[in-house]
Amino acid sequence: YSFLKSICFALSSLFPDVVNCMIHPWVSYMPVGVKIFVQFSDVFLTLRPIDCEDPNPLIRALAVRTMGCIRVDKITEYLCEPLRKCLKDEDPYVRKTAAVCVAKLHDINAQMVEDQGFLDSLRDLIADSNPMVVANAVAALSEISESHPNSNLLDLNPQNINKLLTALNECTEWGQTFILDCLSNYNPKDEREAQSICERVTPRLSHANSAVVLSAVKVLMKFLELLPKDSDYYNTLLKKLSPPLVTLLSGEPEVQYVALRNINLIVQKRPEILKQEIKVFFVKYNDPIYVKLEKLDIMIRLASQANIAQVLAELKEYATEVDVDFVRKAVRAIGRCAIKVEVRIMGPSTMWFRRLLWSSGTSSALHIKHNHIPMVCVCSDLQVQLTLLTAIVKLFLKKPSETQELVQQVLSLATQDSDNPDLRDRGYIYWRLLSTDPVTAKEVVLSEKPLISEETDLIEPTLLDELICHIGSLASVYHKPPSAFVEGSHGIHRKHLPVQHSSIDTGESPVSAGPAAAMDQPHVIPSQGDLLGDLLNLDLGPPVNVPQVSSMQMGAVDLLGGGLDSLVGQNFIPSSVPNTFAPSPTPAPPATSSGLNDLFELSTGMAITTGGYVAPKAVWLPAVKAKGLEISGTFSRRQGHMYMDMTFTNKALQHMTDFAIQFNKNSFGVIPTSPLPIHTPLMPNQSIEISLPLNTIGPVMKMDPLNNLQVAVKNSIDVFYFSVLIPLNVFFVEDGKMERQVFLATWKDIPNENELQYQIKDCHLNADTVSGKLQINNIYTIAKRNVEGQDMLYQSLKLTNGIWILAELRIQPGNPNYTLSLKCRAPEVSQYVYQMYDSVLKN
Amino acid sequence: MVLICRNYKGDVDMSEIDHFMHLLMQHEEEGLLCPVMSHGNVHFMWIKHSNLYLVATTNKNSNASLVYAFLYKLVEVFTEYFKELEEESIQDNFVVVYELLDELMDFGFPQTTDSKILQEYITQEGAKLEVAKSKVPTTVTNAVSWRSEGIKYKKNEVFIDVIESINVLVNANGSVMSSDIVGSIKLKTMLSGMPELRLGLNDRVLFGLTGRDKGKTVMMEDVKFHQCVRLSRFESDRTISFIPPDGESELMSYRINTHVKPLIWIESIIEKFSHSRVEIMVKAKGQFKKQSVANNVEVRVPVPSDADSPKFKTSTGSAKYVPEKNLVVWTIKSFPGGKEFLMRAHFGLPSVENEEMESKPPITVKFEIPYFTVSGIQVRYMKIIEKSGYQALPWVRYITQSGDYQLRTNV
Repeated sequence: YSFLKSICFALSSLFPDVVNCMIHPWVSYMPVGVKIFVQFSDVFLTLRPIDCEDPNPLIRALAVRTMGCIRVDKITEYLCEPLRKCLKDEDPYVRKTAAVCVAKLHDINAQMVEDQGFLDSLRDLIADSNPMVVANAVAALSEISESHPNSNLLDLNPQNINKLLTALNECTEWGQTFILDCLSNYNPKDEREAQSICERVTPRLSHANSAVVLSAVKVLMKFLELLPKDSDYYNTLLKKLSPPLVTLLSGEPEVQYVALRNINLIVQKRPEILKQEIKVFFVKYNDPIYVKLEKLDIMIRLASQANIAQVLAELKEYATEVDVDFVRKAVRAIGRCAIKVEVRIMGPSTMWFRRLLWSSGTSSALHIKHNHIPMVCVCSDLQVQLTLLTAIVKLFLKKPSETQELVQQVLSLATQDSDNPDLRDRGYIYWRLLSTDPVTAKEVVLSEKPLISEETDLIEPTLLDELICHIGSLASVYHKPPSAFVEGSHGIHRKHLPVQHSSIDTGESPVSAGPAAAMDQPHVIPSQGDLLGDLLNLDLGPPVNVPQVSSMQMGAVDLLGGGLDSLVGQNFIPSSVPNTFAPSPTPAPPATSSGLNDLFELSTGMAITTGGYVAPKAVWLPAVKAKGLEISGTFSRRQGHMYMDMTFTNKALQHMTDFAIQFNKNSFGVIPTSPLPIHTPLMPNQSIEISLPLNTIGPVMKMDPLNNLQVAVKNSIDVFYFSVLIPLNVFFVEDGKMERQVFLATWKDIPNENELQYQIKDCHLNADTVSGKLQINNIYTIAKRNVEGQDMLYQSLKLTNGIWILAELRIQPGNPNYTLSLKCRAPEVSQYVYQMYDSVLKN
Repeated sequence: MVLICRNYKGDVDMSEIDHFMHLLMQHEEEGLLCPVMSHGNVHFMWIKHSNLYLVATTNKNSNASLVYAFLYKLVEVFTEYFKELEEESIQDNFVVVYELLDELMDFGFPQTTDSKILQEYITQEGAKLEVAKSKVPTTVTNAVSWRSEGIKYKKNEVFIDVIESINVLVNANGSVMSSDIVGSIKLKTMLSGMPELRLGLNDRVLFGLTGRDKGKTVMMEDVKFHQCVRLSRFESDRTISFIPPDGESELMSYRINTHVKPLIWIESIIEKFSHSRVEIMVKAKGQFKKQSVANNVEVRVPVPSDADSPKFKTSTGSAKYVPEKNLVVWTIKSFPGGKEFLMRAHFGLPSVENEEMESKPPITVKFEIPYFTVSGIQVRYMKIIEKSGYQALPWVRYITQSGDYQLRTNV
């Protein structure tokens, strides 16, 4: 009697019905079909222990596989014994299936799996003789450890690593991917180990499967951090990375897309790898739009003095394509290239001119020769005509004397000779504006000045490093940390690139130098930012975990650390070889003469914040502008989620139905998580309170002001548009607390010109209340220090897009004005952060 | 309509897929089509094959490249099972599809995806099912997971096809923007037992290693191998050694990033006289050796979508207007090297002009040149060793063809 047979019978009898269901035009019954299938398995549950002893390994494996599909808590206990047997089965096919079954059971009842010792059995399978079993065991353990942030389940030690590397050569392509993904989490103890792993991983770059290649790239990109930059091996490895990345671009379009998103990261992290390969990113006519846009972005990043002529010629070609989005991006790209490479695009090509005008907006850097303009206006492209018109008006407002004639000429062309209403309208508007009130005209026309810097869409270094650790995964495709789009992953510690600490065994590090020796040595007196370290009185004994600084800068930090410590007169804390970035707090320094340690807020772990600052609801859309619909609202952040809390009021005489909401692209990628929850008609004079959950995985476009959100609301009457400013605190994430050492190093690492100072006036709170209030809003105080009677608070916060903001808040007793200094790699957010400080502290 | 679904982990609700089509249409409307889309916490990764969408859903930070590789593998396996993968073949083969889905992936981890091996124990006919299933497929867990033991042929032969595709992008002013060669070595193995094969190519790195420099060598930029090839061996001494899968397979592919002279050079003059006519003149020149002949050459020239009343004149071959693709296709069955041919076309244009802006598709060319590789790559030997000691014959065939062969035009 075979279990298998019955399944077959069961299915074959079901089969006609299932097919009938499918043909049914309205409803798909397929899920039902599957459920029936699973229920059938339930019926056979009682036979399972017998199946597990069936002489045919295929049936034993099938039995153990279906076991995990039965998601009923009570039954699982009953499955333990058979599973235990299967994990030790003589047939590898059964063992590999059983390994996966452990992960399934863990998903249902984690405690039981741990109590029953299945995790140990799984770990034993890493040493299995069969590579497929090893691969599945690795996959299962990795999966389990994802929900288990703290336990070091995989226990990666050199012996295990060796086993994995051996299995890597023999298992299937998928198994290789699991193993490589697992290897990427390992932190080699020194450069020698890193190099030997790299040597054994490099052959995988020649695998036909793109997943294997990208996972191998991930391992190599991570371990490159540990290799000395001047070594031959480092440079050889860099050279080896480029061809496989390029080859990924001859794959299927979706594979290309994933590859391109990752290349985009790699190019930002290590531009040298692909700097010679710009041609492969030239857009082909038949590339899908998502591939085109991504290639364009990479082209800009790779543009340099050496290849700019070629790139510009290519971009010019794209500017005549049909797809508007693509053309717009291509045109902006020309502008970005021009800024980046500082070429003056002059000369006979009007094409470049108008494109540049469009993209830069501020045309002061360009001279426009009069004779070019009418030529351009003949151009049939409406978009170009419109932007050109705007550009010329802008130019006129800036340099009226030189361009008056030109403006008149163009305006008359637009208003009289054009048969396009859009162009005509815009022409008339400008004309009227310019002739009636030039001052207002200036305000209107010149108001929008896009920030021109090729740096604008670079990924923040800390985030970039984290994303490098996620090469190949969804995070690398979205360019967002997993915590931004995976539920319940906030508590899980983030991945970091390994940090090179080669100085430790060379004997030159400050660690080996005794404090006395350090005192005697002439030190560079730390200036400015370094004083901060002094003030913070940080224990710089263990090497600083700074993910974003390269090894070169690391060395500098180490040195300063030694210098600082000796200056303060602390005893050196001899540090052992530092391990990984365990989330445990670093040990507090031993009590010293300074005695300031007790002032540190050593509260680690995240406070569960609930009551962040919420502005009172304001009217966003007045009834007069929306045919009787009034919307007032505010934004809030509760339990790690963002909400848009709104009141919809019907002030019209008829009822309203069919509500829907949509956001325009915005700086933070905010989109509604669900549709607008208004399901019943809104009667006249009725109000409804709703709370719309939001997330930040939508398309990103930089807005001005940065926190501007354009909203469209539709109902049965019409569509209405309004825009609101999102208070920045809804973007402050819960894990925005930086480790103190990281804070210190980051503060130093961010250039001083990025530091902005603000005054918070009329505030009468003491430092602790301030900390408390801010903490509720995910602004975390990392250290507090009293200097000459002033309270200094050092704080960090992080935005949903991974941008860190570091703050120093100075509170003088008796002075109601606080001084706030903000440092951030993207200083344009600082003013909005300041506004939040102000709002939070005054409410 | 959902044809078939398999929920491997139970962490994404089965009804989530209902949002997929809506999302897809929304993205398409906005012109922001993307292979990854999300709705709430669920992320959809999809590919399209004929009239089917294959969609993977996840709520974790899954390995995206693995997902796409797997989806394409799925297409490959289903195609080998059912010849064509389409709505009907799924409906007609429900049982097998489910069995395959179960075998291909477990709890989100891809397992055995080699269709030849799968066919040994998952068969389409119910009757065979029982017989086959009583046997354990040792291959599944073997280190050699792509070849079964006990294969027998009367005559032992290997056919090696070396196929090179040329990708060229030429600018409107006639300069070659980018060009590369993508080569592929395909095997049709008809060998008994578990043979050990060794393939020798005139690979420059290998010749450099061994210190030989006789004759022409080829520098391969990047090489990708079938999983049967021992990668670490290749990495250490450039030896391509492997136990081949039975039947047809792609052993390796390579990319050569040299500047290739476009084998068929096109010069075109396209003149558009608004409201009246379009005149096209195309000259094609064979820039390869006189002894070689390009077969089935097709030059595809774009024409405006509102063109009408075509007239053609060709010095050789025939030209045809394909209105649904807005193309003139000029076909030349046999195109000897060094020769030059001409084609003229004339189209009328309506007096009321098409308002919409038209794109500028490039001229594309298709061709095949047998007995010839552009890169000059050669199979120097194929050693076949099997413990029974049989004699086996390798056959080699070379062919060069057009890949992505685009020439931009001015109009």
